Amino acid sequence: MARTPADLVGAQPDPPFEITFDGRRVTALPGQTVAAALWGAGILAWRTTRDGGRPRGAFCGIGQCYDCLATVNGEPNRRACLVPARPGDAITTQEGHGHDRLTV
Amino acid sequence: MTASPSEPRARREPYDLAVVGAGSAGLAGAVTAAELGLAVALLDTSAQTGGQFYRHPAPALGAVRPEALHHDWSAYSDLRGRLAASDVTHLAGHHVWSTVREDDGTWTVHAVTGADGTSERPALIRARALLLATGAYERQLPFPGWTLPGVVGAGGAQAMLKSGLVLPGRRIVVAGSGPLLLAVASSLAAAGAQVPAVVEAAGYLRYARSPRALLANPAKAAEALLHGTALLRHRVPVRLRSAVTEVHGTDRVEAVTVSRLDADWRPVPGTARRIACDALAVGHGLVPQIELATTLGCATRRLPDGTLGLALDDLQETSEPGLWAAGETGGVGGAGLARTEGELAARAVAARLLGRRAGDGRIAELRRRRDRMRAFADVMSAAHAPGPGWQDWLSDDTDVCRCEEVGAGRIREAVAELGARDARTVKLLTRAGMGWCQGRMCGTAVACLAARGGTAEPPAERRPFAVPVRLSTLASLDEGAADPSPGAP
Repeated sequence: MARTPADLVGAQPDPPFEITFDGRRVTALPGQTVAAALWGAGILAWRTTRDGGRPRGAFCGIGQCYDCLATVNGEPNRRACLVPARPGDAITTQEGHGHDRLTV
Repeated sequence: MTASPSEPRARREPYDLAVVGAGSAGLAGAVTAAELGLAVALLDTSAQTGGQFYRHPAPALGAVRPEALHHDWSAYSDLRGRLAASDVTHLAGHHVWSTVREDDGTWTVHAVTGADGTSERPALIRARALLLATGAYERQLPFPGWTLPGVVGAGGAQAMLKSGLVLPGRRIVVAGSGPLLLAVASSLAAAGAQVPAVVEAAGYLRYARSPRALLANPAKAAEALLHGTALLRHRVPVRLRSAVTEVHGTDRVEAVTVSRLDADWRPVPGTARRIACDALAVGHGLVPQIELATTLGCATRRLPDGTLGLALDDLQETSEPGLWAAGETGGVGGAGLARTEGELAARAVAARLLGRRAGDGRIAELRRRRDRMRAFADVMSAAHAPGPGWQDWLSDDTDVCRCEEVGAGRIREAVAELGARDARTVKLLTRAGMGWCQGRMCGTAVACLAARGGTAEPPAERRPFAVPVRLSTLASLDEGAADPSPGAP
Protein backbone atom coordinates (compact mmCIF):
# COMPACT_ATOMS: atom_id res chain seq x y z
CA MET A 1 0.00 0.00 0.00
CA ALA A 2 1.21 3.49 -0.83
CA ARG A 3 2.75 5.37 2.07
CA THR A 4 2.94 8.83 0.52
CA PRO A 5 0.97 10.77 -2.09
CA ALA A 6 4.02 10.62 -4.36
CA ASP A 7 4.11 6.80 -4.11
CA LEU A 8 0.41 6.64 -4.87
CA VAL A 9 0.72 8.39 -8.23
CA GLY A 10 4.19 7.04 -9.01
CA ALA A 11 5.68 10.53 -9.05
CA GLN A 12 9.07 10.91 -10.69
CA PRO A 13 9.55 14.63 -10.20
CA ASP A 14 12.21 16.86 -11.67
CA PRO A 15 15.04 17.63 -9.20
CA PRO A 16 13.90 19.41 -6.02
CA PHE A 17 15.04 22.93 -5.16
CA GLU A 18 15.14 25.19 -2.12
CA ILE A 19 13.00 28.08 -1.03
CA THR A 20 13.05 29.78 2.35
CA PHE A 21 10.30 30.39 4.86
CA ASP A 22 11.17 33.14 7.35
CA GLY A 23 14.81 32.35 6.62
CA ARG A 24 14.46 28.60 7.16
CA ARG A 25 15.31 26.34 4.22
CA VAL A 26 12.43 24.38 2.73
CA THR A 27 12.68 21.83 -0.05
CA ALA A 28 10.15 22.23 -2.85
CA LEU A 29 9.35 20.09 -5.85
CA PRO A 30 8.97 21.67 -9.26
CA GLY A 31 5.27 21.98 -10.04
CA GLN A 32 4.25 22.55 -6.42
CA THR A 33 2.64 25.75 -5.26
CA VAL A 34 4.16 27.71 -2.41
CA ALA A 35 1.45 26.32 -0.11
CA ALA A 36 2.14 22.73 -1.18
CA ALA A 37 5.88 23.17 -0.59
CA LEU A 38 5.21 24.57 2.89
CA TRP A 39 2.75 21.76 3.74
CA GLY A 40 5.38 19.31 2.52
CA ALA A 41 7.70 20.73 5.19
CA GLY A 42 5.00 20.47 7.87
CA ILE A 43 4.35 24.24 7.87
CA LEU A 44 0.64 25.06 8.08
CA ALA A 45 0.62 28.80 8.93
CA TRP A 46 2.29 31.71 7.13
CA ARG A 47 0.08 34.68 7.90
CA THR A 48 -1.15 36.40 11.05
CA THR A 49 -4.51 38.13 11.10
CA ARG A 50 -4.92 41.91 11.24
CA ASP A 51 -6.94 42.09 14.46
CA GLY A 52 -6.13 39.05 16.56
CA GLY A 53 -2.66 38.32 15.19
CA ARG A 54 -3.77 34.71 14.83
CA PRO A 55 -1.90 32.24 12.59
CA ARG A 56 -3.49 31.19 9.29
CA GLY A 57 -2.52 29.16 6.24
CA ALA A 58 -4.23 27.38 3.36
CA PHE A 59 -7.88 26.60 3.98
CA CYS A 60 -9.90 26.22 0.76
CA GLY A 61 -6.88 25.19 -1.32
CA ILE A 62 -8.42 26.52 -4.55
CA GLY A 63 -7.90 30.28 -4.40
CA GLN A 64 -11.32 31.21 -3.01
CA CYS A 65 -10.80 31.98 0.68
CA TYR A 66 -7.65 34.17 0.64
CA ASP A 67 -6.60 32.74 4.00
CA CYS A 68 -3.30 31.57 2.53
CA LEU A 69 -2.00 35.06 1.70
CA ALA A 70 1.77 35.18 2.02
CA THR A 71 4.55 37.62 1.34
CA VAL A 72 6.52 36.19 -1.58
CA ASN A 73 9.86 37.85 -2.38
CA GLY A 74 8.71 40.97 -0.57
CA GLU A 75 5.33 41.20 -2.27
CA PRO A 76 2.41 40.73 0.17
CA ASN A 77 -1.07 39.27 -0.49
CA ARG A 78 -0.01 36.48 -2.83
CA ARG A 79 -2.30 33.45 -2.67
CA ALA A 80 0.16 30.72 -1.72
CA CYS A 81 -2.21 27.97 -2.89
CA LEU A 82 -2.05 29.33 -6.45
CA VAL A 83 1.46 30.76 -6.81
CA PRO A 84 4.02 28.20 -8.06
CA ALA A 85 7.16 27.85 -5.96
CA ARG A 86 10.31 28.93 -7.80
CA PRO A 87 13.93 28.20 -6.87
CA GLY A 88 15.19 30.71 -4.32
CA ASP A 89 11.78 32.13 -3.42
CA ALA A 90 11.81 33.90 -0.06
CA ILE A 91 8.47 33.37 1.67
CA THR A 92 7.85 35.42 4.78
CA THR A 93 4.99 35.39 7.24
CA GLN A 94 2.56 38.11 6.26
CA GLU A 95 1.53 40.18 9.24
CA GLY A 96 -1.93 41.70 8.91
CA HIS A 97 -2.49 43.31 5.54
CA GLY A 98 1.20 43.04 4.74
CA HIS A 99 1.73 46.69 3.99
CA ASP A 100 3.13 47.83 7.35
CA ARG A 101 6.44 48.51 5.71
CA LEU A 102 4.78 51.21 3.62
CA THR A 103 3.69 53.26 6.62
CA VAL A 104 6.28 55.77 7.73
CA MET B 1 -10.66 18.17 -35.02
CA THR B 2 -11.94 18.33 -38.56
CA ALA B 3 -11.31 21.54 -40.44
CA SER B 4 -13.29 24.43 -39.09
CA PRO B 5 -15.25 26.67 -41.42
CA SER B 6 -13.82 29.55 -39.44
CA GLU B 7 -10.08 29.06 -40.00
CA PRO B 8 -7.69 31.19 -37.98
CA ARG B 9 -9.47 34.48 -37.65
CA ALA B 10 -8.13 37.91 -37.06
CA ARG B 11 -7.73 38.47 -33.34
CA ARG B 12 -9.89 41.56 -33.47
CA GLU B 13 -12.88 39.51 -34.50
CA PRO B 14 -14.94 38.02 -31.72
CA TYR B 15 -14.83 34.33 -31.02
CA ASP B 16 -18.08 32.50 -31.64
CA LEU B 17 -18.04 31.19 -28.08
CA ALA B 18 -16.12 32.04 -24.93
CA VAL B 19 -16.21 29.34 -22.26
CA VAL B 20 -15.36 30.36 -18.70
CA GLY B 21 -14.01 27.39 -16.77
CA ALA B 22 -12.05 24.38 -18.06
CA GLY B 23 -13.47 21.72 -15.76
CA SER B 24 -15.69 18.90 -16.94
CA ALA B 25 -18.53 21.15 -18.14
CA GLY B 26 -16.34 23.78 -19.80
CA LEU B 27 -14.07 21.26 -21.49
CA ALA B 28 -17.00 19.29 -22.87
CA GLY B 29 -18.61 22.52 -24.04
CA ALA B 30 -15.46 23.88 -25.66
CA VAL B 31 -14.45 20.74 -27.55
CA THR B 32 -18.02 20.03 -28.68
CA ALA B 33 -18.46 23.58 -29.98
CA ALA B 34 -15.10 23.46 -31.77
CA GLU B 35 -15.97 20.11 -33.33
CA LEU B 36 -19.20 21.65 -34.58
CA GLY B 37 -17.17 24.36 -36.32
CA LEU B 38 -17.24 27.25 -33.86
CA ALA B 39 -14.25 29.42 -32.97
CA VAL B 40 -13.86 28.92 -29.24
CA ALA B 41 -11.86 30.55 -26.46
CA LEU B 42 -11.59 28.54 -23.22
CA LEU B 43 -10.58 30.56 -20.16
CA ASP B 44 -9.54 29.12 -16.81
CA THR B 45 -7.71 30.37 -13.75
CA SER B 46 -5.48 27.31 -13.56
CA ALA B 47 -2.45 26.48 -15.69
CA GLN B 48 -4.02 23.11 -16.41
CA THR B 49 -7.45 21.95 -17.50
CA GLY B 50 -9.62 19.61 -15.44
CA GLY B 51 -11.21 21.98 -12.93
CA GLN B 52 -11.42 20.93 -9.30
CA PHE B 53 -12.65 17.38 -9.92
CA TYR B 54 -9.84 16.48 -12.31
CA ARG B 55 -7.20 18.63 -10.65
CA HIS B 56 -3.88 16.86 -11.10
CA PRO B 57 -0.15 17.41 -10.55
CA ALA B 58 1.78 19.79 -12.79
CA PRO B 59 3.88 17.94 -15.41
CA ALA B 60 7.12 18.67 -13.50
CA LEU B 61 5.89 16.45 -10.66
CA GLY B 62 6.09 13.51 -13.05
CA ALA B 63 2.99 11.64 -11.86
CA VAL B 64 2.99 8.34 -13.74
CA ARG B 65 -0.43 7.35 -12.34
CA PRO B 66 -2.47 10.55 -11.83
CA GLU B 67 -5.59 8.39 -12.17
CA ALA B 68 -4.82 6.83 -8.76
CA LEU B 69 -6.32 9.97 -7.21
CA HIS B 70 -9.38 10.07 -9.44
CA HIS B 71 -12.65 8.46 -10.25
CA ASP B 72 -13.35 7.99 -13.97
CA TRP B 73 -10.06 9.51 -15.16
CA SER B 74 -10.65 8.19 -18.69
CA ALA B 75 -13.53 10.64 -19.15
CA TYR B 76 -11.10 13.47 -18.53
CA SER B 77 -8.28 12.09 -20.64
CA ASP B 78 -10.77 11.75 -23.51
CA LEU B 79 -11.74 15.43 -23.21
CA ARG B 80 -8.11 16.49 -22.88
CA GLY B 81 -7.22 14.56 -26.03
CA ARG B 82 -10.07 16.19 -27.95
CA LEU B 83 -8.96 19.62 -26.71
CA ALA B 84 -5.40 19.00 -27.93
CA ALA B 85 -6.74 17.94 -31.32
CA SER B 86 -9.03 20.96 -31.62
CA ASP B 87 -8.25 24.57 -32.46
CA VAL B 88 -9.80 25.86 -29.24
CA THR B 89 -7.78 28.78 -27.90
CA HIS B 90 -7.00 27.69 -24.34
CA LEU B 91 -6.33 30.75 -22.19
CA ALA B 92 -4.79 29.37 -18.98
CA GLY B 93 -4.18 31.61 -15.98
CA HIS B 94 -7.15 33.84 -16.83
CA HIS B 95 -9.28 34.97 -13.88
CA VAL B 96 -12.51 36.43 -15.26
CA TRP B 97 -13.72 39.36 -13.21
CA SER B 98 -16.52 40.66 -15.39
CA THR B 99 -18.62 39.82 -18.40
CA VAL B 100 -20.38 42.64 -20.22
CA ARG B 101 -22.91 42.60 -23.01
CA GLU B 102 -22.08 45.19 -25.65
CA ASP B 103 -24.59 47.20 -27.66
CA ASP B 104 -24.10 44.95 -30.70
CA GLY B 105 -25.11 41.92 -28.64
CA THR B 106 -21.62 40.44 -28.34
CA TRP B 107 -19.96 39.72 -25.01
CA THR B 108 -16.80 41.18 -23.59
CA VAL B 109 -15.00 39.01 -21.06
CA HIS B 110 -12.55 40.82 -18.78
CA ALA B 111 -9.85 38.81 -17.06
CA VAL B 112 -6.76 39.37 -14.99
CA THR B 113 -3.92 36.96 -15.70
CA GLY B 114 -1.18 34.99 -13.99
CA ALA B 115 -1.21 32.15 -11.47
CA ASP B 116 -2.98 34.30 -8.86
CA GLY B 117 -4.24 37.06 -11.14
CA THR B 118 -1.54 39.57 -10.18
CA SER B 119 0.18 39.81 -13.55
CA GLU B 120 0.21 43.36 -14.88
CA ARG B 121 -1.34 42.32 -18.19
CA PRO B 122 -5.15 42.14 -18.20
CA ALA B 123 -7.01 40.36 -20.99
CA LEU B 124 -10.15 41.22 -22.86
CA ILE B 125 -11.91 38.64 -25.02
CA ARG B 126 -14.92 39.21 -27.22
CA ALA B 127 -17.40 36.50 -28.18
CA ARG B 128 -20.83 36.10 -29.74
CA ALA B 129 -21.98 33.64 -27.10
CA LEU B 130 -20.86 32.87 -23.58
CA LEU B 131 -20.87 29.61 -21.64
CA LEU B 132 -20.32 29.84 -17.89
CA ALA B 133 -18.84 26.67 -16.43
CA THR B 134 -17.37 28.18 -13.29
CA GLY B 135 -18.09 25.23 -11.01
CA ALA B 136 -18.57 25.48 -7.28
CA TYR B 137 -16.75 26.14 -4.07
CA GLU B 138 -17.12 24.48 -0.71
CA ARG B 139 -19.80 25.48 1.76
CA GLN B 140 -18.46 26.01 5.26
CA LEU B 141 -20.18 26.19 8.63
CA PRO B 142 -18.13 27.63 11.50
CA PHE B 143 -17.46 25.91 14.84
CA PRO B 144 -15.14 26.74 17.73
CA GLY B 145 -11.55 26.34 16.60
CA TRP B 146 -12.20 26.17 12.86
CA THR B 147 -9.66 28.93 12.15
CA LEU B 148 -6.76 26.98 13.68
CA PRO B 149 -4.01 25.97 11.26
CA GLY B 150 -4.59 22.32 10.40
CA VAL B 151 -8.31 22.84 9.83
CA VAL B 152 -8.72 22.85 6.07
CA GLY B 153 -11.59 22.50 3.66
CA ALA B 154 -12.33 18.89 2.74
CA GLY B 155 -12.20 19.95 -0.88
CA GLY B 156 -9.08 21.96 -0.04
CA ALA B 157 -7.27 18.94 1.36
CA GLN B 158 -8.32 17.02 -1.76
CA ALA B 159 -7.14 19.82 -4.05
CA MET B 160 -3.75 20.16 -2.35
CA LEU B 161 -3.30 16.38 -2.51
CA LYS B 162 -4.37 16.09 -6.14
CA SER B 163 -2.18 18.93 -7.39
CA GLY B 164 0.68 19.22 -4.91
CA LEU B 165 0.92 15.65 -3.58
CA VAL B 166 0.87 16.89 0.01
CA LEU B 167 -1.20 16.27 3.14
CA PRO B 168 -2.03 18.72 5.96
CA GLY B 169 -1.13 16.19 8.63
CA ARG B 170 -0.62 12.51 9.40
CA ARG B 171 -3.85 11.83 11.25
CA ILE B 172 -6.74 13.62 9.59
CA VAL B 173 -10.39 13.62 10.69
CA VAL B 174 -12.80 14.24 7.78
CA ALA B 175 -16.05 15.94 8.76
CA GLY B 176 -19.06 17.92 7.59
CA SER B 177 -21.71 16.71 5.22
CA GLY B 178 -22.04 15.46 1.67
CA PRO B 179 -20.77 12.71 -0.57
CA LEU B 180 -17.48 14.55 -1.15
CA LEU B 181 -16.39 13.53 2.36
CA LEU B 182 -16.24 9.85 1.41
CA ALA B 183 -14.15 10.62 -1.66
CA VAL B 184 -11.80 12.85 0.32
CA ALA B 185 -11.38 10.30 3.11
CA SER B 186 -10.58 7.50 0.71
CA SER B 187 -8.03 9.65 -1.18
CA LEU B 188 -6.33 10.77 2.03
CA ALA B 189 -6.16 7.19 3.30
CA ALA B 190 -4.86 5.88 -0.01
CA ALA B 191 -2.15 8.58 0.07
CA GLY B 192 -0.90 7.38 3.43
CA ALA B 193 -2.82 9.46 5.96
CA GLN B 194 -4.50 7.89 8.96
CA VAL B 195 -8.17 8.83 8.98
CA PRO B 196 -9.50 8.14 12.49
CA ALA B 197 -13.07 9.03 11.48
CA VAL B 198 -15.35 10.36 8.79
CA VAL B 199 -17.96 12.44 10.62
CA GLU B 200 -21.14 13.04 8.60
CA ALA B 201 -23.87 15.29 9.97
CA ALA B 202 -26.69 13.78 7.92
CA GLY B 203 -27.90 10.22 7.88
CA TYR B 204 -27.82 8.40 4.58
CA LEU B 205 -31.40 7.23 5.12
CA ARG B 206 -32.86 10.16 3.23
CA TYR B 207 -31.54 8.71 0.00
CA ALA B 208 -33.80 5.72 0.58
CA ARG B 209 -36.82 7.98 0.33
CA SER B 210 -36.16 8.42 -3.37
CA PRO B 211 -35.58 4.91 -4.68
CA ARG B 212 -36.47 5.88 -8.24
CA ALA B 213 -33.64 8.42 -8.55
CA LEU B 214 -31.22 5.92 -7.02
CA LEU B 215 -32.18 3.08 -9.35
CA ALA B 216 -31.92 5.34 -12.38
CA ASN B 217 -28.35 6.30 -11.49
CA PRO B 218 -26.44 3.04 -10.96
CA ALA B 219 -23.13 4.76 -11.74
CA LYS B 220 -23.53 7.03 -8.72
CA ALA B 221 -24.38 4.09 -6.48
CA ALA B 222 -21.32 2.25 -7.77
CA GLU B 223 -19.14 5.27 -7.06
CA ALA B 224 -20.40 5.46 -3.47
CA LEU B 225 -19.83 1.74 -3.08
CA LEU B 226 -16.29 2.15 -4.36
CA HIS B 227 -15.50 4.80 -1.76
CA GLY B 228 -17.21 2.69 0.91
CA THR B 229 -15.02 -0.26 -0.01
CA ALA B 230 -11.89 1.88 0.07
CA LEU B 231 -12.83 3.14 3.52
CA LEU B 232 -13.37 -0.42 4.74
CA ARG B 233 -9.98 -1.42 3.37
CA HIS B 234 -8.32 1.42 5.25
CA ARG B 235 -10.49 0.71 8.33
CA VAL B 236 -11.94 4.19 8.38
CA PRO B 237 -15.04 4.34 10.59
CA VAL B 238 -17.91 6.52 9.36
CA ARG B 239 -19.98 8.24 12.06
CA LEU B 240 -23.37 9.36 10.79
CA ARG B 241 -25.54 12.05 12.45
CA SER B 242 -22.45 13.49 14.12
CA ALA B 243 -20.37 16.61 13.82
CA VAL B 244 -17.07 18.08 14.92
CA THR B 245 -18.32 20.66 17.40
CA GLU B 246 -14.94 21.92 18.59
CA VAL B 247 -11.30 21.86 17.59
CA HIS B 248 -8.60 21.85 20.25
CA GLY B 249 -5.08 23.26 20.06
CA THR B 250 -3.31 26.57 20.54
CA ASP B 251 -1.44 27.22 17.31
CA ARG B 252 -2.47 24.10 15.45
CA VAL B 253 -4.91 21.21 15.64
CA GLU B 254 -4.32 18.70 18.43
CA ALA B 255 -7.74 17.06 18.73
CA VAL B 256 -11.40 17.48 17.85
CA THR B 257 -14.61 16.94 19.78
CA VAL B 258 -17.22 14.90 17.95
CA SER B 259 -20.84 15.06 19.13
CA ARG B 260 -23.93 13.16 18.07
CA LEU B 261 -26.60 15.31 16.41
CA ASP B 262 -30.37 15.14 16.56
CA ALA B 263 -32.45 15.32 13.38
CA ASP B 264 -32.09 19.14 13.34
CA TRP B 265 -28.29 18.90 13.70
CA ARG B 266 -28.45 19.99 17.35
CA PRO B 267 -25.62 18.42 19.40
CA VAL B 268 -27.01 15.82 21.80
CA PRO B 269 -25.78 16.59 25.35
CA GLY B 270 -23.48 14.02 26.87
CA THR B 271 -22.34 12.53 23.56
CA ALA B 272 -19.11 14.53 23.09
CA ARG B 273 -16.03 12.43 22.41
CA ARG B 274 -12.50 13.62 21.81
CA ILE B 275 -10.46 12.29 18.93
CA ALA B 276 -6.74 13.05 18.72
CA CYS B 277 -5.61 14.23 15.29
CA ASP B 278 -3.27 16.77 13.72
CA ALA B 279 -5.60 17.96 10.97
CA LEU B 280 -9.29 18.27 10.18
CA ALA B 281 -10.70 18.34 6.65
CA VAL B 282 -14.18 19.82 6.76
CA GLY B 283 -16.92 20.89 4.36
CA HIS B 284 -20.70 20.98 4.08
CA GLY B 285 -21.37 20.47 0.43
CA LEU B 286 -20.73 22.81 -2.47
CA VAL B 287 -22.06 26.20 -3.52
CA PRO B 288 -22.52 27.02 -7.21
CA GLN B 289 -20.14 29.80 -8.27
CA ILE B 290 -22.46 32.10 -10.17
CA GLU B 291 -21.43 35.71 -9.44
CA LEU B 292 -20.66 36.49 -13.07
CA ALA B 293 -24.22 35.54 -14.01
CA THR B 294 -26.06 37.09 -11.08
CA THR B 295 -24.21 40.34 -11.68
CA LEU B 296 -25.79 40.32 -15.15
CA GLY B 297 -29.19 39.81 -13.53
CA CYS B 298 -29.63 36.13 -14.46
CA ALA B 299 -32.51 34.34 -12.75
CA THR B 300 -31.62 31.83 -10.06
CA ARG B 301 -33.39 28.88 -8.51
CA ARG B 302 -33.35 27.67 -4.93
CA LEU B 303 -31.79 24.20 -4.72
CA PRO B 304 -32.95 21.55 -2.23
CA ASP B 305 -29.96 22.20 0.05
CA GLY B 306 -30.76 25.92 0.23
CA THR B 307 -28.04 27.15 -2.13
CA LEU B 308 -28.78 29.11 -5.28
CA GLY B 309 -28.09 27.79 -8.76
CA LEU B 310 -28.78 29.42 -12.09
CA ALA B 311 -32.26 28.92 -13.54
CA LEU B 312 -31.71 27.35 -16.95
CA ASP B 313 -33.97 26.42 -19.81
CA ASP B 314 -34.15 22.99 -21.35
CA LEU B 315 -31.07 23.72 -23.48
CA GLN B 316 -28.93 25.23 -20.68
CA GLU B 317 -29.53 28.89 -21.54
CA THR B 318 -29.83 31.35 -18.66
CA SER B 319 -32.54 34.00 -18.50
CA GLU B 320 -30.09 36.27 -20.39
CA PRO B 321 -30.27 35.36 -24.08
CA GLY B 322 -26.86 34.38 -25.42
CA LEU B 323 -25.55 33.32 -22.02
CA TRP B 324 -25.46 29.61 -21.33
CA ALA B 325 -24.34 27.73 -18.21
CA ALA B 326 -23.40 24.12 -17.50
CA GLY B 327 -22.26 21.92 -14.64
CA GLU B 328 -22.36 23.00 -10.99
CA THR B 329 -23.51 26.53 -11.85
CA GLY B 330 -27.02 25.12 -12.34
CA GLY B 331 -26.85 23.03 -9.15
CA VAL B 332 -24.17 20.70 -7.87
CA GLY B 333 -24.37 17.32 -9.58
CA GLY B 334 -20.90 16.02 -10.29
CA ALA B 335 -18.57 15.55 -13.25
CA GLY B 336 -20.77 13.24 -15.32
CA LEU B 337 -23.66 15.65 -15.26
CA ALA B 338 -21.29 18.55 -15.98
CA ARG B 339 -19.96 16.83 -19.11
CA THR B 340 -23.47 16.14 -20.33
CA GLU B 341 -24.60 19.71 -19.77
CA GLY B 342 -21.45 21.15 -21.32
CA GLU B 343 -22.02 19.19 -24.51
CA LEU B 344 -25.72 20.03 -24.53
CA ALA B 345 -25.02 23.74 -24.10
CA ALA B 346 -22.41 23.70 -26.88
CA ARG B 347 -24.88 22.04 -29.26
CA ALA B 348 -27.50 24.62 -28.38
CA VAL B 349 -25.02 27.47 -28.94
CA ALA B 350 -23.94 26.01 -32.29
CA ALA B 351 -27.57 25.65 -33.40
CA ARG B 352 -28.26 29.29 -32.47
CA LEU B 353 -25.16 30.73 -34.13
CA LEU B 354 -25.35 28.56 -37.24
CA GLY B 355 -29.09 29.15 -37.62
CA ARG B 356 -30.10 25.52 -37.25
CA ARG B 357 -32.80 23.90 -35.19
CA ALA B 358 -31.53 22.34 -31.99
CA GLY B 359 -33.47 19.13 -32.00
CA ASP B 360 -31.44 16.19 -33.24
CA GLY B 361 -31.31 12.78 -31.60
CA ARG B 362 -28.10 13.51 -29.73
CA ILE B 363 -29.66 16.53 -28.06
CA ALA B 364 -32.68 14.49 -27.00
CA GLU B 365 -30.37 11.85 -25.54
CA LEU B 366 -28.31 14.45 -23.65
CA ARG B 367 -31.47 16.01 -22.24
CA ARG B 368 -32.71 12.65 -20.98
CA ARG B 369 -29.36 11.90 -19.40
CA ARG B 370 -29.22 15.33 -17.79
CA ASP B 371 -32.72 15.06 -16.36
CA ARG B 372 -31.93 11.65 -14.87
CA MET B 373 -28.72 12.88 -13.23
CA ARG B 374 -30.33 16.13 -12.06
CA ALA B 375 -33.00 14.10 -10.26
CA PHE B 376 -30.27 12.28 -8.36
CA ALA B 377 -28.45 15.52 -7.61
CA ASP B 378 -31.62 16.91 -6.04
CA VAL B 379 -31.97 13.86 -3.80
CA MET B 380 -28.36 14.22 -2.73
CA SER B 381 -28.73 17.93 -2.13
CA ALA B 382 -31.84 17.43 0.05
CA ALA B 383 -30.18 14.67 2.07
CA HIS B 384 -27.29 16.90 3.12
CA ALA B 385 -29.12 20.21 3.67
CA PRO B 386 -27.87 21.64 6.98
CA GLY B 387 -30.31 21.46 9.88
CA PRO B 388 -30.90 24.69 11.80
CA GLY B 389 -29.43 23.23 15.01
CA TRP B 390 -25.83 23.62 13.80
CA GLN B 391 -25.87 27.12 15.29
CA ASP B 392 -25.92 25.54 18.76
CA TRP B 393 -22.27 24.54 18.41
CA LEU B 394 -21.14 28.17 18.02
CA SER B 395 -19.76 30.04 20.99
CA ASP B 396 -19.92 33.84 20.96
CA ASP B 397 -16.18 34.10 20.35
CA THR B 398 -16.18 31.68 17.39
CA ASP B 399 -15.05 33.63 14.35
CA VAL B 400 -17.81 33.34 11.75
CA CYS B 401 -16.17 35.63 9.18
CA ARG B 402 -12.59 34.41 8.84
CA CYS B 403 -11.39 37.42 6.85
CA GLU B 404 -12.68 40.18 9.09
CA GLU B 405 -12.51 38.15 12.33
CA VAL B 406 -16.14 38.74 13.25
CA GLY B 407 -17.34 36.48 16.07
CA ALA B 408 -20.76 34.86 16.35
CA GLY B 409 -21.51 37.06 19.36
CA ARG B 410 -21.24 40.25 17.32
CA ILE B 411 -23.48 38.85 14.62
CA ARG B 412 -26.05 37.72 17.18
CA GLU B 413 -25.94 41.18 18.69
CA ALA B 414 -26.54 42.76 15.29
CA VAL B 415 -29.57 40.52 14.85
CA ALA B 416 -31.03 40.52 18.38
CA GLU B 417 -30.29 44.10 19.42
CA LEU B 418 -29.63 46.13 16.29
CA GLY B 419 -32.47 44.73 14.23
CA ALA B 420 -30.58 43.12 11.34
CA ARG B 421 -32.82 40.70 9.46
CA ASP B 422 -30.60 39.66 6.57
CA ALA B 423 -26.98 38.97 5.71
CA ARG B 424 -26.54 42.34 4.01
CA THR B 425 -27.54 44.33 7.08
CA VAL B 426 -25.35 42.13 9.28
CA LYS B 427 -22.48 42.85 6.92
CA LEU B 428 -23.02 46.60 7.11
CA LEU B 429 -23.17 46.47 10.92
CA THR B 430 -20.31 44.04 11.61
CA ARG B 431 -18.16 43.75 8.44
CA ALA B 432 -18.95 39.99 8.31
CA GLY B 433 -18.59 39.01 4.64
CA MET B 434 -16.78 42.20 3.67
CA GLY B 435 -13.26 40.79 3.47
CA TRP B 436 -11.05 39.27 0.80
CA CYS B 437 -13.24 36.23 0.11
CA GLN B 438 -16.36 38.38 -0.28
CA GLY B 439 -18.44 36.22 2.00
CA ARG B 440 -17.78 32.96 0.18
CA MET B 441 -16.65 31.24 3.39
CA CYS B 442 -19.10 32.80 5.88
CA GLY B 443 -22.09 33.58 3.63
CA THR B 444 -24.19 30.58 4.63
CA ALA B 445 -23.48 31.03 8.33
CA VAL B 446 -24.21 34.75 8.36
CA ALA B 447 -27.46 34.28 6.43
CA CYS B 448 -28.57 31.52 8.86
CA LEU B 449 -27.75 33.63 11.91
CA ALA B 450 -29.57 36.61 10.43
CA ALA B 451 -32.61 34.40 9.79
CA ARG B 452 -32.79 33.71 13.55
CA GLY B 453 -32.82 29.95 13.56
CA GLY B 454 -34.38 29.44 10.17
CA THR B 455 -32.09 28.10 7.48
CA ALA B 456 -31.11 30.56 4.83
CA GLU B 457 -28.54 31.18 2.17
CA PRO B 458 -27.24 34.53 1.04
CA PRO B 459 -29.32 36.04 -1.77
CA ALA B 460 -27.94 36.45 -5.26
CA GLU B 461 -25.62 39.42 -5.31
CA ARG B 462 -24.60 41.81 -8.02
CA ARG B 463 -20.86 42.00 -7.67
CA PRO B 464 -19.02 44.18 -10.16
CA PHE B 465 -15.75 42.34 -9.48
CA ALA B 466 -15.85 38.56 -9.29
CA VAL B 467 -12.16 38.54 -8.27
CA PRO B 468 -9.91 41.29 -6.87
CA VAL B 469 -8.71 43.65 -9.60
CA ARG B 470 -5.93 46.21 -9.27
CA LEU B 471 -6.67 49.85 -9.88
CA SER B 472 -3.93 49.87 -12.52
CA THR B 473 -5.88 47.19 -14.40
CA LEU B 474 -9.02 49.31 -14.37
CA ALA B 475 -7.01 52.34 -15.44
CA SER B 476 -5.68 50.42 -18.44
CA LEU B 477 -9.16 49.46 -19.65
CA ASP B 478 -9.37 52.38 -22.07
CA GLU B 479 -6.31 51.13 -23.91
CA GLY B 480 -7.78 47.63 -23.79
CA ALA B 481 -10.97 48.75 -25.49
CA ALA B 482 -8.94 50.20 -28.33
CA ASP B 483 -7.11 46.92 -28.81
CA PRO B 484 -9.33 44.02 -27.87
CA SER B 485 -6.75 41.33 -28.47
CA PRO B 486 -6.93 38.28 -26.27
CA GLY B 487 -3.92 37.88 -24.04
CA ALA B 488 -1.87 34.87 -25.01
CA PRO B 489 -1.70 32.22 -22.30
